[in-house]
Amino acid sequence: MKPEANPVAAVCDRRDTALNPDGGHRPPLQNLSRREFFKASALAGGGFALSYYLSPVAALAQSTAVDNTARVFVPNAFIRIYPDGTVKLMAKTPDSGQGVKTALPMIIAEEMDVEIDKVIIEQADFDPIYGGQAAGGSRTIPSSYEPMRRAGAIARTMLISAAAQHWGVPADELATENGAVLHPPTSRAITYGELALKAALLPVPDASSVKLKDPSQFKIIGSRIGGVDNPSLVTGQPLFGIDMKLPGMLYAVYERCPTFGGNPVSANLERIKALPGVRDAFIVERAGGLQPGVAIIADTTWAAFSARRQLQVVWDEGDPSAQSSTAYDAAAAALARKPGTVVRNDGDVDAAFAGAKAVIESAYSYPYISHATLEPQNCTAWFKGDQLEIWAPTQNPGGQLDQIVAVAGLPKERIKIHVTRSGGGFGRRLINDYSVEAAAIAKQAKVPIKLTWSREDDMRHDLYRPCGWHFLKGSVDAQGKLSGWKNHFVTVGFKGTEAPASSAGLSPDELPARFLANYRLEQSIQSTIVPTGPLRAPGSNALAFTFQGFIDELAHAAGRDPLEFRLELLGDDRLVPGTGNRGTPYNSARMKAVLRKVGEISGWGKTQFPKGRGLGVAFHFSHSGYVAQVADVSVAQDGTLKVHQVWCAVDVGPIINRSGAENQVQGSIGDGLGAAWLQEITIERGRVMQSNFADYPLLRINDMPKVEIAFIESQNPPTGLGEPPYPVTPPAICNAIFAATGKRIRTLPITKTDLRWSY
Amino acid sequence: MPTYNLKVNGQTRQVIAPADTPLLWVLRDNLDLVGTKYGCGIGLCGACTVHINGVPTRSCQALVSTVVGMNITTIEGLSPDGTHPLQKAWIEHDVPQCGYCQAGQIMTAAALLKNNPQPTDDDIDGALAGNLCRCGTYLRIRAAVKDAAVSMQKGGSS
Repeated sequence: MKPEANPVAAVCDRRDTALNPDGGHRPPLQNLSRREFFKASALAGGGFALSYYLSPVAALAQSTAVDNTARVFVPNAFIRIYPDGTVKLMAKTPDSGQGVKTALPMIIAEEMDVEIDKVIIEQADFDPIYGGQAAGGSRTIPSSYEPMRRAGAIARTMLISAAAQHWGVPADELATENGAVLHPPTSRAITYGELALKAALLPVPDASSVKLKDPSQFKIIGSRIGGVDNPSLVTGQPLFGIDMKLPGMLYAVYERCPTFGGNPVSANLERIKALPGVRDAFIVERAGGLQPGVAIIADTTWAAFSARRQLQVVWDEGDPSAQSSTAYDAAAAALARKPGTVVRNDGDVDAAFAGAKAVIESAYSYPYISHATLEPQNCTAWFKGDQLEIWAPTQNPGGQLDQIVAVAGLPKERIKIHVTRSGGGFGRRLINDYSVEAAAIAKQAKVPIKLTWSREDDMRHDLYRPCGWHFLKGSVDAQGKLSGWKNHFVTVGFKGTEAPASSAGLSPDELPARFLANYRLEQSIQSTIVPTGPLRAPGSNALAFTFQGFIDELAHAAGRDPLEFRLELLGDDRLVPGTGNRGTPYNSARMKAVLRKVGEISGWGKTQFPKGRGLGVAFHFSHSGYVAQVADVSVAQDGTLKVHQVWCAVDVGPIINRSGAENQVQGSIGDGLGAAWLQEITIERGRVMQSNFADYPLLRINDMPKVEIAFIESQNPPTGLGEPPYPVTPPAICNAIFAATGKRIRTLPITKTDLRWSY
Repeated sequence: MPTYNLKVNGQTRQVIAPADTPLLWVLRDNLDLVGTKYGCGIGLCGACTVHINGVPTRSCQALVSTVVGMNITTIEGLSPDGTHPLQKAWIEHDVPQCGYCQAGQIMTAAALLKNNPQPTDDDIDGALAGNLCRCGTYLRIRAAVKDAAVSMQKGGSS
């Protein structure tokens, strides 16, 4: 499997065609333009788009005259087969390290019967023809698995039909293997390349009519395939948004108000414009979702960074004096003393508490955290008067298009968005605020510009994982079973108290709701000015820490084994529907299976540890994935924490790419550990106090635990794995710290708790 | 603006840049060698690691005026054809997730193996503790470095 050579460089080389869309400097087997695509599609006799991806483009293709100059077979938007045998597969979804640029083409190749190491994989630009390209919510695999299979099967079916015609034999005598159609009775074979232009003349079968492989015949799905971009990555080839360079491109930086929501009043622009290497400097006004600021455009990144140190801006900061993390903590405690809005009230928690063997109350909290993608946000934009072209490291091509349209003053048809590789995503790049900024700056600059955020920009102008507080009361009955659970959840609203801010909500179905007769959830919202957004397993990434921690407290209060206590809570094997049959059903059998599995591989309950060492267990269901983990930690008497190992059992159905899947589990565990242990964004006077990796540390190699993974490949449809393992790691580790020391972590990051102990 | 003659990947490259420009930005913006990455700008993440006279160095902290005449090696020049044992081991172990830090990881590891051909896990952790990987590929990094060490011992190219 080969990526297209140097996609970013290739973009640079296409400048002539970019400038003159009708120019002819395009390599014949690369970068099929939309115009060629229409022609090629028309060759297929109409209806090339998969039925569930019907779009205006499909209709257009049906009415376009056949043009035999387009020598390529395009059975659908995802596949191109050339007469020389080249097979190109489009990776529709952006890759920010979650591996879909490899996994989705694997699925297509499986059903096509082509060798995965021979195909060329190209990252798709933003185009509605692909039927949704956002890489978020661990949705890529579940939403694309069957469509990608059918895309491949359509190509295979058409190639078989072409071979049947060519040889004059019945199609059912034909088989396919490694990019060729075989006729076993006569031992003949013909390659897909030889059949391409014949297949292109055939009608495209309906997507629902094509036969899919029996999974027992899979050769590619379920195997270990290395990342398609690995050869380019290990040799330093340009791939990422920040690697973009266009002819005549200048370099932009953007100073935003240090307090959220502030506006620029004036700036020493004349002084800045006189600095060496600076071409322009100007104020960008607030417009819709665009945050206002001061842009500096220079000959190099360093000239822009240097000039920025001389920049003096007068800001209208409003009055942010009341906006601080300590004030938020105090407000949460005050709100908890009053009743909250009742969100769910099952049974009678007060009666359960009155009749309980033990009742405990605990307050849990967690801070804002930042995504801190290692590649800072950036975007290259070129405003050409009647057209805007954008190159963006994004998880969500086309996101914020309305804002880009507004700042560019162009219809969306005149905006072209290219997708580069992203140096990390974690949900940050689902929101394209940096592309809106780049568009606004490019419009004024009139030359191609690359906007690069500094690390400090990135940390101080993120869309943060929301902070939150849970005031919990729970009980166990005489049989040692969880009998009542009350939570007053205090969350943040963005500039209001009507609704939780982005990713700051709590589903009334979240466990232990639905699994407990007596459950009460109250909610209060305090308003802050801090923008929030999705971060890897939104909601879950903090809720699992809270609930799996408190469940652990209740297990210990009941004198029960924490793993057994959890199995009992999950109850009989059944599918628990979402409330009112909305939301996601919860399969208790699948969760119990991963819990039992992780107990087995970790040797849970088999070893008596000395004080200072212990195991902790946790489980969580999110993004349709069932995950349980056991962590093995030691805490030295001086409080030094060492996480030795994490065992992880996962059920996300069948695994597509075993190597990529293991990467996601290992990465999620490292990410969950780093965030829970080390990371906190604090607010003072309406601004973020952290700025770089000195005060916002990332996990280091010497602190990465060993990881052992067990996949339970249930025969359920495959679901995503970028997120589900992450929420489970913090509680597994915190519960292990309790087992080792008797100290309960109720506030993140873990470094806030004094872990020193003595015999 | 001053002109500097730099020895980069065995070639002499002339650049015109202010004296206080970090080598990182000269490599990326002036010389189009973008394999060396910007991550933090203050020497904390290691994504910009290059070799200067064989020593792994944070190029965001090395000013262009201070590296004239020195042998600068970037990820693009680590091997002529991308077949350094570390590059092969990285592919074999499918190390990268997002991949942004990996050039820096490889450059630091390459210097380690030059000085310590049979590193232990602790040696590897010690050498690479300053190279941050936000995706958490550390287990595979460790395995790949050990494999590369073995293949270099067996006489693989370096």
